[in-house]
Amino acid sequence: MDLFFTMLVPLTIGAIAVYAAGRRVDVYSALVQGAGSGLDTLLRIIPALVGLMTAVYMLRASGALELLAGALAPLLDRLGLPSELLPLMLVRPISGSAALGVGAELISTYGPNSDLGRMAAVMLGSTETTFYTIAVYFGAVGITRTRYAVPAALCADLTGFLAAAWAVRICF
Amino acid sequence: MILASILCGLATGRGPEVAAAAVEGTSAAVQLALSIAGMLCLWTGVMEVMRQSGLADKLSKLLAPVLRRLFPQAARDRDTMDSISANVSANLLGLGSAATPLGLEAARRLARSSPGVASDNLCMLVVCNTASIQLIPTTVASVRAAEGCQTPFDILPAVWLASALSVGVGIIACKIFAKTWRD
Repeated sequence: MDLFFTMLVPLTIGAIAVYAAGRRVDVYSALVQGAGSGLDTLLRIIPALVGLMTAVYMLRASGALELLAGALAPLLDRLGLPSELLPLMLVRPISGSAALGVGAELISTYGPNSDLGRMAAVMLGSTETTFYTIAVYFGAVGITRTRYAVPAALCADLTGFLAAAWAVRICF
Repeated sequence: MILASILCGLATGRGPEVAAAAVEGTSAAVQLALSIAGMLCLWTGVMEVMRQSGLADKLSKLLAPVLRRLFPQAARDRDTMDSISANVSANLLGLGSAATPLGLEAARRLARSSPGVASDNLCMLVVCNTASIQLIPTTVASVRAAEGCQTPFDILPAVWLASALSVGVGIIACKIFAKTWRD
């Protein structure tokens, strides 16, 4: 089973390449073309990443996070969420690159194969930048009365966080 | 955030640490970006191959029956349904830059019937887009790989479980709110 999930990704890439070649697609040039757009994405997020990681590092050094996490720790404990993950949960709905920065920091501090590192990774992988997405969609089509979109989306986010911690405990 | 850390740093007497952290943070950001660059580019490349070979279209056809049940009002209009299923399948594949324009196209069509007010179907579309349904979380995996993890994708089952629960609760919440919400 472990081997299956480890090999899933290379197998997927292989299968896609074979299928595309069968459909007479120039696989290599499509790959290179797409990879270029990945670089575009990266260039777009670097400025935000610099700003936000600087702020996160400063916030962490100042001790503000410990104060907040300490205050919320009893509640988080009862829900089975380690309080170390609080900063990630706070920034996740607001900014994708900030969440990536905070998550990468957690993964690097606790190690990618620790429970905390895995929970941070699963949280990042199973939730989205909720407020940003809502703003983009409703802003683009001129919606001013959003009705229940925000509460419903936050229900999904909260479930995602709880389920991430819980899923890591089950799977590892 | 920066203001809060300066105030808190001064209050707790950790001013110098905060100053040092500001410098450290900037270089950490660039290092992170560089270390995930390779894997990110590889995956956007693979996604492009899927798009050009028509695999992405196939997936969106496969999803249509499920989506018709989630968006009953939109199901009457073919073009709206097409853009919704293209949006959802782009999200599944992690094609963020393709998913957003497709989703906005769907949202524009859904919003025509009720200008300025989010209809039930539009709320559903937005909630589906705020819950991550990406099958292969490539960015996170590249961060794990950059931290020296040999099996960066071993979190896949946990990610799927958490994603499914989160999307499921989002959809159920939408359906319940749709019946009970008083404007």
